[in-house]
Amino acid sequence: MTDTTAVAPRQSPLASLLRHSRHVLAENPVTSFAFALFLLILLAALFGPQMVPYDPLASNTAQTLKPPNAQHWFGTDQLGRDVFSRVTVATRLDFFIAVASVALVFLMGGLAGVAAGFFGGWIDRVVGRIADTIMAFPLFVLAMGIVAALGNTVQNIVLATAIVNFPLYARIARTEANVRREAGFVEAARLSGNANWRILIGQILPNVFPILVVQMSLTMGYAILNAAGLSFIGLGVRPPTPEWGIMVAEGAAFMVSGQWWNAFFPGAALMITVFCFNLLGDGLRDIVDPRRRT
Amino acid sequence: MKRREFLKSATALTAASSLSAPAIWSRAKAQSRQETLLIVSESGPNNLDIHGVGTNVPGYEVSWNCYDRLISHEMKTLPHGTPYYDKSKFKPELAEDMSIGDMSVTFKLKKDAIFQDGTPVTANDVKWSFDRAVTVGGFPTFQMSAGSLTKPEQFVVVDEHTFRVDFAKKDRLTVPDLAVIVPCVLNSQLVKKHATEQDPWGLEYTKLNTVGSGAFKVTNWTAGSQAVLERNDNWKGGPLPKIKRVIWRMVPDAGNRRALLERGDADVSYDLPNKDFAELRSGGKLTIVSTPYSNGIQYIGMNVQHPPFDNVKVRYAVAYAIPYQKIMDAVLYGLAEPMFGAPANKPIEVAWPQPHKFYTDLAKSKQLLGEAGYGNGIQEPIQFSFDLGFAGVNEPICVLVQESLAQIGIQTMINKVPGANWRTELTKKTMPLFTNVFSGWLDYPEYFFYWCYHSGKSIFNTMDYQSSAIDGFIDGARAAAANGDAAAYDMDVKGFVDLAFTDVPRIPLYQPYVNVAMQKNISGYQYWFHRRLDYRSFEKA
Amino acid sequence: MMTLIIKRAAMAIPSLIGVVVVTFLLTRLLPGDPAAYFAGPAATPQAIQEVRVKLGLDKPLIQQFSHYVVDLAHGNFGTSLTTGQPVVTELRTRLPASAELTLLGLLVSIAIAVPLGIIAATRPNSLLDHTCRIVSTAGVSLPVFFTGLILIYFFYYWLGWAPAPLGRLDVFYLAPPQVTGFYLIDSLIAGDPQTFAAALKQLVLPALTLGVFSLAPIARMTRASMLAVLSSDFIRTARANGLSNWTVVITYAFRNAMLPVITTLGMVFSFLLGANVLVEKVFAWPGIGSYAVEALLASDFAPVQGFVLTMAAMYVILNLVIDVLYGLIDPRVRLEA
Repeated sequence: MTDTTAVAPRQSPLASLLRHSRHVLAENPVTSFAFALFLLILLAALFGPQMVPYDPLASNTAQTLKPPNAQHWFGTDQLGRDVFSRVTVATRLDFFIAVASVALVFLMGGLAGVAAGFFGGWIDRVVGRIADTIMAFPLFVLAMGIVAALGNTVQNIVLATAIVNFPLYARIARTEANVRREAGFVEAARLSGNANWRILIGQILPNVFPILVVQMSLTMGYAILNAAGLSFIGLGVRPPTPEWGIMVAEGAAFMVSGQWWNAFFPGAALMITVFCFNLLGDGLRDIVDPRRRT
Repeated sequence: MKRREFLKSATALTAASSLSAPAIWSRAKAQSRQETLLIVSESGPNNLDIHGVGTNVPGYEVSWNCYDRLISHEMKTLPHGTPYYDKSKFKPELAEDMSIGDMSVTFKLKKDAIFQDGTPVTANDVKWSFDRAVTVGGFPTFQMSAGSLTKPEQFVVVDEHTFRVDFAKKDRLTVPDLAVIVPCVLNSQLVKKHATEQDPWGLEYTKLNTVGSGAFKVTNWTAGSQAVLERNDNWKGGPLPKIKRVIWRMVPDAGNRRALLERGDADVSYDLPNKDFAELRSGGKLTIVSTPYSNGIQYIGMNVQHPPFDNVKVRYAVAYAIPYQKIMDAVLYGLAEPMFGAPANKPIEVAWPQPHKFYTDLAKSKQLLGEAGYGNGIQEPIQFSFDLGFAGVNEPICVLVQESLAQIGIQTMINKVPGANWRTELTKKTMPLFTNVFSGWLDYPEYFFYWCYHSGKSIFNTMDYQSSAIDGFIDGARAAAANGDAAAYDMDVKGFVDLAFTDVPRIPLYQPYVNVAMQKNISGYQYWFHRRLDYRSFEKA
Repeated sequence: MMTLIIKRAAMAIPSLIGVVVVTFLLTRLLPGDPAAYFAGPAATPQAIQEVRVKLGLDKPLIQQFSHYVVDLAHGNFGTSLTTGQPVVTELRTRLPASAELTLLGLLVSIAIAVPLGIIAATRPNSLLDHTCRIVSTAGVSLPVFFTGLILIYFFYYWLGWAPAPLGRLDVFYLAPPQVTGFYLIDSLIAGDPQTFAAALKQLVLPALTLGVFSLAPIARMTRASMLAVLSSDFIRTARANGLSNWTVVITYAFRNAMLPVITTLGMVFSFLLGANVLVEKVFAWPGIGSYAVEALLASDFAPVQGFVLTMAAMYVILNLVIDVLYGLIDPRVRLEA
């Protein structure tokens, strides 16, 4: 007896994901806006340095602290450098800091968390202890301490941000791994003779990734704010590197005397970027797991 | 647990743990604005005693105003009308008479001078204080030694009101060194009561309490927040100050300090960025007084013991690459005396600071670099360090110089060194390239050069410069000054200045200004060698 | 209840130990040499070495650590290099300043975020809902020091509405006699309305800055929690029984939605303790945050260690308090524990 039930053609996972995303974006104009903004920022980060009108490091002491005008759209700073060029070029550095921090914490926290959730036992306890110790610190102060102790380079800022966010990622990853540990597909993989670590990397981690992606978007915003805060205190990147946080810190002193553009434009860029990442996080959450929407 | 029971136990718990810290504030009535001087600065004292361990510069201001010294300086008036201390004219403070002998100087103390607790000031107090200064170590002892005051044996109590200082050797700087902040007179009886085995000089007590005979006393001090000083109405060291009370507040943000001044919520500040001073001056709402640092220079230093700066041609290349005028304009806003660009035919004078003949010429700089063997520049970035404590000025200087050096092919990497670590770095003498400022309290060329250029491993010879020729000139000048040999002195001074410019281990940039901003109704500001405020001369209309 | 508290406290001890060790190591890694600092501006290398021995800094790290722990057990947190005062005294004097500011900031934040979250939950997906989300997200996207600076610029410099950012009280007011260290409370206890007003005026801008920053998580959590509760059965029953909207939303829904909000409050409070540091710097607030930052930048490690330990201890106490509050609000949690 043949089975004559018609079976609808199965869509590939990617196609269904795209369809779902398009649906969510259409429902939610704010998220669409956030995606568009994200693309704009990405473009600025990738192509900004080639496209800016002035060399961000070139000083011009005849043109210091000029307000926004036709030659300098965002005005000039205290050494005569073009603020627009500096803000645009800084996009690459801040974007890099964001992406690097998030990648690092995903690797560190995600791996530690899934290992803890999957294997349990002493791995779980050790990871839990480390996470608890980190969480007992006021997080910004811990970041300050790490950068102060190791030196203010971009690498250390990225490392500090990753360490500070470790507990959160470890916890989420651990919960997800725990839940999926007894799932059917994991059993199947085990039965077909896959080693534990192979299951971990091949099955669990890809399933945990979407949940973490939402958090990663939020962490990108946090990483930039963290770097900005550190720069404000004097623990940020080295001069004359253009970076939004350090530009706000330097520009703050000039606000009282009326030269608002020094601090305002990098601050606005900071806010727009972080805002975009936060909204993006919301949108991603809707795509990935609508039940968790807050 | 029932809610009611919980609340009952909670109140009991709170009551038991309520803090019982001592009251911070005095109960004195708040006096009117008119009699009070309100000063705002970025940081305040960490110790009220200049003899203390690790006392910072704001602590010196407290010592100056709350303690007396044997002698002080008369004031002269600069062309712009600012009272400026006269380094060669002394006036009595605690001593009413000074007679300088061949190998000693004798002081007669004022008989009516009393400490703030009523005890009379005697020569024993003076000896005890001076012994303390040369024994405690650290900065005070170092400063005393600058005037050849090193051993307690030099300090002799002749009688209750007569005190003598014996010279270890003839040194022109001995008497001026007695007028600086360090040899202040403390109430030895009072401090001895609080001394212990571990703390024989009572440093813990004087850290928190002023025990002098000076015009002011600290009545309230919250470290890092504010210090309140009240006038000592029984002051015998000079005419009674017009200001009765000084409130010194620490406001970390420079923008806030400026806003306070502009709105009239603060009376005096000297801690603002140069740009603010320049603008406030043209704004006209406040009085701005700018005076050059006595004996002070901001410079670019290079370590002359290691490549590439061991090659004098490389040092010349750097000297011609520095964007001097850009620094004057964009960093200082004109608030400094340029120490560069003197005409080529100008003879060396017997004075310090004086400008050198280098100026910005990138072509010449590149050529010199080529002659030195670095035709392709220096690709490996050289660490370019500065003191983060003075980042407002140091950072833009370094950024501008870095840009220029890049244009002649020398790559550098900026290194911000936190203030507390700066001294360590200077001592190590390993920094290849850096900027720093040095100024000496005793305004004599040979003094400056002794600390900055002599090979004796002084911490201030930051370039690790070793030259027996310059040592000869410096030692000669000091000896000539001690013996009163003007001709030899002039020759030696010209000698070491000329050598400093020929060898150029450090490149002077400018002589900074001390800037003070005051409300229009404040008068009486005096410039002192320590560049801090003297509250005793201020007046409020 | 007591067993719950003791159990929780015991669980926190390993974290505290971890904090002590990590802080010690980090501060020892700080650049700078306290011995050079103490020895003064013109010290020779020998003098610096002498000071180093006197301070015990030449001993191996393990020995220094055990000295440190012994000191801690005696309540001695060391002395600050920059202010010259014992760290314990300074922390004790400055803690109320930070606590008052943080609590007030939190109150401001709750006062705005909770109603916003409730309203957004009652009208999901509406324009109001989106606006609520955007406003709260915008608040958290600004660097907290930037918000503070802008507020000072507008309200002090331009409009003159706010008083000078000079700290907790204007110069010509005296602090009220110390009872709790909170000027607002102490001035009321002393019956001094003028000082109360003066202290409140100084608190407005910094509290607003902190509040703006912590809006988002509270608003979001309130909204999410309310949404979850509003769709539950007992609410449907209440509505079906004809209870007024107000009663339904506030008396029934909100009370039940409070739990997750309280947890978020705990998280936000500890987050604010860190953000405090930047706000205190901008407003010249004499709290422990500014104390720690200045010390950190000066490589003055005793205050930094003291600060971190105090914060960690406060965090533990805070979590404890929240757990207890949970037990009070929701009997089910208590019974399960």
